[in-house]
Amino acid sequence: MTKHAGKTLYDKIFDLHTVRQLPTGQYQLFIGLHLVHEVTSPQAFAMLRERGLKVAYPERTFATVDHIVPTHDQKRPYQDAQAEKMIAAMESNAKEFCFMLYNTQSGKQGVVHIIGPELGLTQPGMTIACGDSHTSTHGAFGALAFGIGTSQVRDVLATQTLAINRLKVRRINVTGSLKPGVYAKDVVLAIIRKLGVKGGIGYAYEYGGSAIEALSMEGRMTLCNMTIEGGALCGYVNPDKTTFSYLQGREFAPGLDAWDRAVAFWSSMASDADAVYDDVVEIDGSVLSPMVTWGINPGQAIGIDENVPDPASMIADEAQVASRALAHMGLVAGQPITGTPVDVVFIGSCTNGRLSDLREAARIAKGKRVHAGVKALVVPGSQQVKKTAEAEGLDKIFTTAGFEWRSAGCSMCLAMNPDKLQGNQLSASSSNRNFIGRQGSPTGRTLLMSPAMCAAAAIAGKVVDVRAVDVRAAAALEVR
Amino acid sequence: MAKHIIEVSGRGVVVRGNDIDTDRIIPARYMKEITFDHMGEYAFYDERFTQELGRDGKPQQKAHPFNDVRFRGASILLVNKNFGCGSSREHAPQALMRWGITAIVGESFAAIFAGNCTMLGIPTLTVSSQEIEELMQQVEAHPQEQLVLDIAAVRIAAGNLRGEASMPESIRKALTEGTWDSTSLLLDGKDAIAALAKRLPYLNTFRGGSQGTGDVGRA
Repeated sequence: MTKHAGKTLYDKIFDLHTVRQLPTGQYQLFIGLHLVHEVTSPQAFAMLRERGLKVAYPERTFATVDHIVPTHDQKRPYQDAQAEKMIAAMESNAKEFCFMLYNTQSGKQGVVHIIGPELGLTQPGMTIACGDSHTSTHGAFGALAFGIGTSQVRDVLATQTLAINRLKVRRINVTGSLKPGVYAKDVVLAIIRKLGVKGGIGYAYEYGGSAIEALSMEGRMTLCNMTIEGGALCGYVNPDKTTFSYLQGREFAPGLDAWDRAVAFWSSMASDADAVYDDVVEIDGSVLSPMVTWGINPGQAIGIDENVPDPASMIADEAQVASRALAHMGLVAGQPITGTPVDVVFIGSCTNGRLSDLREAARIAKGKRVHAGVKALVVPGSQQVKKTAEAEGLDKIFTTAGFEWRSAGCSMCLAMNPDKLQGNQLSASSSNRNFIGRQGSPTGRTLLMSPAMCAAAAIAGKVVDVRAVDVRAAAALEVR
Repeated sequence: MAKHIIEVSGRGVVVRGNDIDTDRIIPARYMKEITFDHMGEYAFYDERFTQELGRDGKPQQKAHPFNDVRFRGASILLVNKNFGCGSSREHAPQALMRWGITAIVGESFAAIFAGNCTMLGIPTLTVSSQEIEELMQQVEAHPQEQLVLDIAAVRIAAGNLRGEASMPESIRKALTEGTWDSTSLLLDGKDAIAALAKRLPYLNTFRGGSQGTGDVGRA
């Protein structure tokens, strides 16, 4: 690279946080923000105790409880003794090692990737790590954010650093503008479909182009959240005015006295106009439809107006997984995905449990009724999302329509709590993974889609094109 | 310092298929424990055992390589592409390790999974599609035969098969030099860490307004 070659945000943040190159050739990277939750941390604290180590930067360590928290009855002790034990361990670890824990009594508890941004902890130019693969979410702010395992959690606790290798950077341009009824969720499913679930191995994804720039911060979080589903460890959007105005006034955001200095630093971290990328991909955002998955990984997705693909028409690599997917899902090649009956609808998760997600779902559900026999859950991503949604009356819209209105947690996204599919139930889910068994039943089936599509499926009792039931989007379709 | 991992040998076990995710390697419901002690029992649980209980009141075994008597005692896992995709749960490599796996050879690995394996001293070697197929066939035909993974030279020997594999040079060094358990290596940079923290704008020139109002560790 010549002296004048532009740098990507990835390279700028990586360089800024490099403590030194290790004898192995890996880099020792400083982690500016360490987020912690109850499921992947107890063993890390045990390792600290064994080795007589402290938490190096407790003021940069923030914890919450989300994965295992029941969303229905949160009375302590929890009915599930194992869950109670995990929560108690999180509480005693926070006390012993002296860092902030947002538990259910705090009023600020929630899914870790929802509360970080909500509190203003997540900021541009930072390195952020958490023992959770969806840490990529925080890349929405122009941060270098990625998931780590428990032994790495131990390293961050003990040293605030990690031993890691540099990634390549792939720029993904989504051009044009999204049509009504098409959301960030559809964009990311379309990207993973195009590049594959393993296409991102070895890469960080930089998202840009007019369709991305037009996304709200919440939309950008949905997009970056599912980056890991495409095999890329982290993904980001360069910080801009949308980012800065989201942050202003949040609890941990810089105050007015420091605001200009912060914005100057944040802006300086964005990729240079002449930045050099290892790969560039173009996607036309204006032709995207609402997406639905038909298989057992998030890359197995199609537009709502398409038919389930035939493994026979695929390359060998994909055909085997596709055949397994059809067998598990009980779907047949060539059938339309529209009309597939649903048993359960889940609206929530770190992907789509934010206020704008709930608003869109409520807009679709307003004045309608959940189809007979469908169990529909709305799980706000945080206590603050819940409170704001209730102030807007969204809870009433949902409960009047027959949805269950729950408390904040990961809920049925990974079913480590009482919210689970039963038997081979099929769910329309706003979450991020349709893996076999993911939603708590080994034979359960998951169709991933946007919150608006989920709400439409709950009302119809089957998969439908949200644009047909959403007056606003339907009008746009007519024009087309 | 951790063990120097120069060579790993043992019998192979073949788990075919691309995109085998960590939810399949260990379902989330088995992560509700505060230690990794029992994880070995849960490896590939839903693929290995029926949900319905048999006449003996226990789940029944399903056909799976980890249940296959031919592979009993195997320690080198052979896989295809994107193995370990999905969740960051270290419970997945912990489950494999505690079941008896000491190294994995595949076409490609998900990033976080591979990182977790390194932290546990489990080498993840990659080979081409053709090479993994040959290795898989070799192991399926001769499950009693030893595979030898030369980590220092990044080479694999199995029966008559000999070949090169790939792994990032930094990971090869960490394994062979015994620094894969990175905590002490990182602690060595203590002063440099403190110096860097003093340079970061967001920790110095514009620290966040409030430092929070939540109660630390309040039960």
